[in-house]
Amino acid sequence: MIQLKVNGAGRQFDGDPDMPLLWYLRDVLDMTGTKYGCGMGLCGACTVHLDGAAARSCSTSMKDAAGKSVTTIEGLAAHGDHPVQQAWKSNNVPQCGYCQSGQIMQAVALLKEKPKPTDHDIDEIMQGNICRCGTYQRIRQAIKQAAGVKA
Amino acid sequence: MNTINIVSRRGFLERFVSAGALIIGVPVLQQVSGAAEVDDAPFHPSVYLGLEPDGTVVIIAHRSEMGTGIRSVLPMIAADELDADWKRCKVEQAIGDPKYGDQNTDGSCSITNFHTAFREAGATARMMLENSAALKWSVPASECHVKFHEVLHAPSGRKAGFGELVALGIKQLPPKKEELKFKSPSEYRYIGKDMPIIDLEDLCTGRGKFGIDAKMPGMVYASIERPPVFGGKLVSVDDAEARKMRGVQQTVTLDGLKLPYGFQPLGGVAVIADNTWTAMQARKKLKIEWDLGPNAAYESEAYKKQLLDTARKPGKVVRNAGDVDAEFARASKVHEAAYYVPLLAHAPMEPPAAVAEFKDGKVLAYAAVQDPQAAQDIISKTLGIDKKDVTCHVTLLGGGFGRKSKPDYVAEAALLSKKIGKPVKVTWSREDDLHFDYYHSVAGMYMKATTDAKGRPTAWLQRSVFPSIGNMFAPNADYAAGFEMEMGWINVPYDIANQRAENGPVKNHVRIGWLRSVSNIYHAFAVQSFTDELAAAANRDRVEYMLDLLGEPRKMNMKEDGPHLAKAGDKMDQFPLDTARWRRVIEVAAERSGWANKKSSPGHGFGIASHWSFNTYVAAVVEVEVDQRGQLHIHRVDIAADPGQIINPDRVNAQFEGAAVFGTSLTLMGEITAMDGKIQQSNFHNYPVARMSEAPLKTHVHIVASNEAPAGVGEPGVPVMAPAICNAIFAATGKRIRELPVKKTKLA
Repeated sequence: MIQLKVNGAGRQFDGDPDMPLLWYLRDVLDMTGTKYGCGMGLCGACTVHLDGAAARSCSTSMKDAAGKSVTTIEGLAAHGDHPVQQAWKSNNVPQCGYCQSGQIMQAVALLKEKPKPTDHDIDEIMQGNICRCGTYQRIRQAIKQAAGVKA
Repeated sequence: MNTINIVSRRGFLERFVSAGALIIGVPVLQQVSGAAEVDDAPFHPSVYLGLEPDGTVVIIAHRSEMGTGIRSVLPMIAADELDADWKRCKVEQAIGDPKYGDQNTDGSCSITNFHTAFREAGATARMMLENSAALKWSVPASECHVKFHEVLHAPSGRKAGFGELVALGIKQLPPKKEELKFKSPSEYRYIGKDMPIIDLEDLCTGRGKFGIDAKMPGMVYASIERPPVFGGKLVSVDDAEARKMRGVQQTVTLDGLKLPYGFQPLGGVAVIADNTWTAMQARKKLKIEWDLGPNAAYESEAYKKQLLDTARKPGKVVRNAGDVDAEFARASKVHEAAYYVPLLAHAPMEPPAAVAEFKDGKVLAYAAVQDPQAAQDIISKTLGIDKKDVTCHVTLLGGGFGRKSKPDYVAEAALLSKKIGKPVKVTWSREDDLHFDYYHSVAGMYMKATTDAKGRPTAWLQRSVFPSIGNMFAPNADYAAGFEMEMGWINVPYDIANQRAENGPVKNHVRIGWLRSVSNIYHAFAVQSFTDELAAAANRDRVEYMLDLLGEPRKMNMKEDGPHLAKAGDKMDQFPLDTARWRRVIEVAAERSGWANKKSSPGHGFGIASHWSFNTYVAAVVEVEVDQRGQLHIHRVDIAADPGQIINPDRVNAQFEGAAVFGTSLTLMGEITAMDGKIQQSNFHNYPVARMSEAPLKTHVHIVASNEAPAGVGEPGVPVMAPAICNAIFAATGKRIRELPVKKTKLA
């Protein structure tokens, strides 16, 4: 039996310990805000926080998540008003929006580590998150706005 | 947790407005030539607007949302014309139904083809409310005016909310089309403003529901092993190991497709399991013997040679002016170049996914589809049931780019559900998505010109060879379809006396389908790169040279010069190819990028390209740096576009910003190849797309103000990118890229 916390709530899982956290979130808990994009940690659509750090849930098995605290996009802020989410909205970042849960979770982790990121910092930390619609420049703008640094 | 109510309430119109609501259906002509009057049409395509007794305005979005903002922007047009409070409007996504008209959200034509219908829906509602208020107060209708969700009678100061007037409105006949009065542009409340899309909040909080998120009670999960070569068939399967896995319920075999392939499922073996991951894992344990079929020898390198060889030979003439041969015979010097663009995959971030249930002879499906009517159609054909018995709900699409107008994956879900008697969700893995796409066609082009003393062409010959999308519907379509030739090939607008365009034949070995801007990609690459080559040979400024080739401003008579665009508008009087507008976008791109003051130097280059597609004129200036290691950096892109009138400037800008990135991906790194008939790429490590650090650092979009009819914005930004980037690379390095992707050429 694997025990973990998801968005603050205690959870127990007795399925295959090799199952990626992504599919547990999506298929078992019905938390579909975390997205599948590649299954290999290549695109970042499945990004969540594991004990506060960004992690690719498609490449994190349930046994690796045991005893840890998981935060998903659904648990980031009670009213969807985390400063990063607010910046996303005020820059009209999303187009199709599919990758944006992962982008937002990654950006929140970035700002935790580098509260005043440079363009280089943003490139470095965000380049694992693919946006096929091509919203990168608005993502960059939104991160800078949330950080209060000059665009 | 089980819910079918995804993306708010969905259903037929009758279900989502309450009894007693006033429903206004405005008939619109389906935009096909020959449809004389709506009453002569076999059905009445309509967009709908409803009014609830509580004053809520319900507007139907019948086009699919894949990131363009269309499901917000079209309804906003109706709301504006009605002068409704947008906060009191509710957008409902239509199911697939011919009564809404064409729902195939592709070809960058939603606004072009439906803005009038939505204005008419809004104006009809407004006038019916004004008439109702006039009746209520016994005053002339001419004294009653809608203002921001109320009707006012100015002489008496009386007011009535929309809801109060619904009961009276129901009893009235709608005004005739010719009686409709429209707002003047100065009265617009939403049109022309940067209004946020209705899905913004959901998309920033993970609440948006995509096809891959859809669920149904009792649903099971399927992962399908498909024939590894296009046209292959299942010989035998040993599923013993797969079925041993905990959570696996059963396996199901599916028949292979018959030509023409259309939107049919590919066949194979499906594993049915309790969750997606188990289905995907168990699938790896299947032991399958395939008959690889007729395409098992397909190999990309040999095919490339074949395309380029064919392009050097005379092909079918698709446009001819003057006498190219006589001019070449006279020439002392000719310029020649061959260009190549490989197969490309759409790779939307959400891979194809759908849920369907077959029950009592009917199908209910929820899917990320660009065309729910096409889903109804292929499900009805695959299952042998009536199209009317297929209900297809449209979720949000996690990207589409043309892939999701081919609903083979929805038919897979429906077929599996019929076979096992439960609702089935089919989720394609990324590997499935790249192995079994409807690829953007691989193309070879050959260009030849001779010039006068100033370097201006006196003869211009262009030949292209590529497997046609026509193969989807006719397996022996060895030449390009007319619509492919219309995408930037037979309508090169240069003022050159002797011009010929040709197309050569080739057999096809994979599924081919349209991808964001379609044939314009390889055509613009060849034409705009070759233009740059000629300008370089003549040592002339690129902007000045392009304007010279375009010649005096004129409207090209496309009816004489060649066929016209079949998809994007189909109205030649409304959308003549106007070289004055083409010239203008070049001038604007040059002005706004500071072209005149920018000089390329070793390692640092500026390139320009221009193109017309989906009735929109586009020019892009790209600034690149090639560092000592040969690494390419795109510092800045200036895109000037004239798409006619626009509705939502912010979303228009977003489409061009995105097109710059999409175009960068296909230019720098996009390539699908086959070996022994099998596609060699499987995920983002070997089919890379532009990441943040590789995308243009800054894209400036310059929309040319225009009162012309609204044209497309989703696709037209893409074709200019490959030639503009490659022309900039030439300016920086002297290396001429004639084969995409750029990554195959060492730049250092």
